[in-house]
Amino acid sequence: MLDVAEPRAVDGRAPDVFRRGKWIPMRTYRDGDQVDFAIVGTGAGGGTLACKLAEAGFSVVAFDAGPFWRPLEDFVSDESWQSGLYWTDNRITGGADPVELGSNNSGRGVGGSTVHYTMIALRWRPEWFKAKSKLGYGRDWPIGFDELEPYYEEAEEALKISGPLRYPWGKRRKRYPYRAHPVNAPGLVMARGCERIGIKWSPIPLATLSAPRGMAHPCVYRGFCAYGCSTNAKQSVLVTFIPRAIAAGAEVRDLAMVGKVDIGNHGRATGLTYHRNGEWRHQKARHVVVSGYAIETPRLLLNSACSQFPDGLANENGLVGTHVMIHSGPGVWATMDEQVRQYKAPPCMAVTEHWNYDDSDSKDFHGGYAFMSQGPLPVGWAQAMSVQRGLWGMALRQEMTRYNHVVGLRIVGETEPQRHNRVEVADEKDQYGLRIPRMTFSYSENDRRLMKHSIGSMRSVLEAAGGKEIWVDDDTSHLMGGCRMGDDPGDSVVNKDGRSWSIPNLWVCDGSLFPTSGGVNPSLTIQALACRMGDRIAEMGQRGEL
Amino acid sequence: MTDFRTPYPTYDVLDKWDTPSWNDQTRAAIGQRLREVPQRRFLSEEQWSLLQAIVDRLMPQPDREEPVPIVPWIDALLHHNHTPGYRYADMPPMREAWVNGLKAIGAEARNRHGALFEQLSADDQDELLRDVEHNRVESRYWGDLPAGGFFRHHLLKEVVGIYYSHPHAWSEIGYGGPASPRGYARLGPDERDPWEAEELDFEDADA
Repeated sequence: MLDVAEPRAVDGRAPDVFRRGKWIPMRTYRDGDQVDFAIVGTGAGGGTLACKLAEAGFSVVAFDAGPFWRPLEDFVSDESWQSGLYWTDNRITGGADPVELGSNNSGRGVGGSTVHYTMIALRWRPEWFKAKSKLGYGRDWPIGFDELEPYYEEAEEALKISGPLRYPWGKRRKRYPYRAHPVNAPGLVMARGCERIGIKWSPIPLATLSAPRGMAHPCVYRGFCAYGCSTNAKQSVLVTFIPRAIAAGAEVRDLAMVGKVDIGNHGRATGLTYHRNGEWRHQKARHVVVSGYAIETPRLLLNSACSQFPDGLANENGLVGTHVMIHSGPGVWATMDEQVRQYKAPPCMAVTEHWNYDDSDSKDFHGGYAFMSQGPLPVGWAQAMSVQRGLWGMALRQEMTRYNHVVGLRIVGETEPQRHNRVEVADEKDQYGLRIPRMTFSYSENDRRLMKHSIGSMRSVLEAAGGKEIWVDDDTSHLMGGCRMGDDPGDSVVNKDGRSWSIPNLWVCDGSLFPTSGGVNPSLTIQALACRMGDRIAEMGQRGEL
Repeated sequence: MTDFRTPYPTYDVLDKWDTPSWNDQTRAAIGQRLREVPQRRFLSEEQWSLLQAIVDRLMPQPDREEPVPIVPWIDALLHHNHTPGYRYADMPPMREAWVNGLKAIGAEARNRHGALFEQLSADDQDELLRDVEHNRVESRYWGDLPAGGFFRHHLLKEVVGIYYSHPHAWSEIGYGGPASPRGYARLGPDERDPWEAEELDFEDADA
């Protein structure tokens, strides 16, 4: 299994992700140096923010519990081997609809889960930022689309998103930096079905290169995107914002598990307690940013409970860890006469956001969903066929020989923020002696109506495309919420800049900020929020407001 | 059903070993999988024998002189305690689930047939496993362990995952396999690169 035992980013250098066996110089700080920002996590939130803050001139150390990968040398073309990319420390998952964790929605390593995400780079529907006042459900975000729009553009430029000339939904936008990729067979089957039932579809804007960029080649359509890109075409945080952050003077500390945010006598954060090379250490910092995603961020705030904050940090109102959301993800599958060979190219290449932008009475639920063509590899596909469809024995082996004729669609479905869907810490301890997280999740009635509606939509598309032997599976994706941002200190964990209401030098920057979940993949919005936070913090620094 | 037929009888993904579809690290990792099948370290001989009989029903390979090894990799998983990173709130820790689940399946066999699971006919074994899958079991043997949860989330998921991680399994379903640095040029429906599996009709395949 993919594994790296020793930290690589040490002695003033870090791996050069673009050149085999080479290094880039990296500024390093001592534990006793009071750095401007200590950031916990280097994924879509933390990695992006580390770059922005370093480029703004702040001293930054970014911690990641996992390794500093060398994609060109480390990443194997194999589903099983690459399972080292996931967060597999112990967690408990419960509730009426317990969420599959691990490979489904986590990352471990520099770059976080962007190292194995499917690169879908979609903007939020503008109205979702004011869902309550404009659409009549959910909550309003403390910021609006107009405020975030320039940062969507910044993130799309930084990732050289390959997208269509005109994306059919949302506010009119300028051209994507790179041209769209050719759509693979599963995407073309979906397109055919959409056109036959009269709804729009689009090639998906993707964070993988359609033309060369620096030392990275364009995508070769090898299809292992969800298991790490070994050619660097994927514009993960590991190969985009992290090299920029290091070039701007940030230190990235790999295989460094943060166990606690340290709090001083005055009730402010003083730094981090972290575990690296077999020992616990303390990094001093003027500010701490927690960017561990919707489970580890609340967990760290709760595990940092101390005499001044006995219920955990930023948790005076008891909201830390609450209102965690996922994306529901029922899928519909069919067998086609033609060969589809879904293992080729990025797994998701065609999308329809028709039901994200439909406000008519034809929907019997609040919120929206998008669905995309899919491309599972054999292990994932066989496990779905067996665990979900109940096939095993020779029946499974024989059915698997039709793998090349299968096509599937899956939604990214909005779920409601519910207080009882939450992350807590259990009494059980992990290998570091830290209390492990327990996630509890149950769908709401609205969530269930949305899923049912979406299954009907996907079925009609596949039937129109000529699909036979249609069956439905059940899955989920993404995590959001848990430390939501807001305008009211009584009703949120942090403000619109991600700054804690009660500890002014403690910040959150990741998907846990989301007050609602929307119906598209969250990474681009997380990165836009991080870009905005970087600019806001720099402005506050200039005004002496830090 | 006991016969197995593949529409890809002429395809062997390992033929690509020395082509641009396989890089050094992939050859090393898959080579290890093919050559270094682990020895028994966690399971007892009795548990191993029972699990082998179960695996022979979940993923039968009567067509192979040397079946794809599955039990050794489950033993290795348990030895290293490589969990998937979570456990359901109603399930015990992974190792405990396997030990108790195997014990309970053995007890179900003795209770129903007065024999070891390994000694039952294939039909009786399948019926017993179907009952475990659907929670039609004697609760005294299972205690707090949900039978269907153990069957699906541990037993079946691992057995199937290990089988379809093997190049022989990739070949029989016509999967392209490793593809770095060379990926694919032809992406559309009914399009095939020369280094991909050629699909034959079963009639052709039989000829």
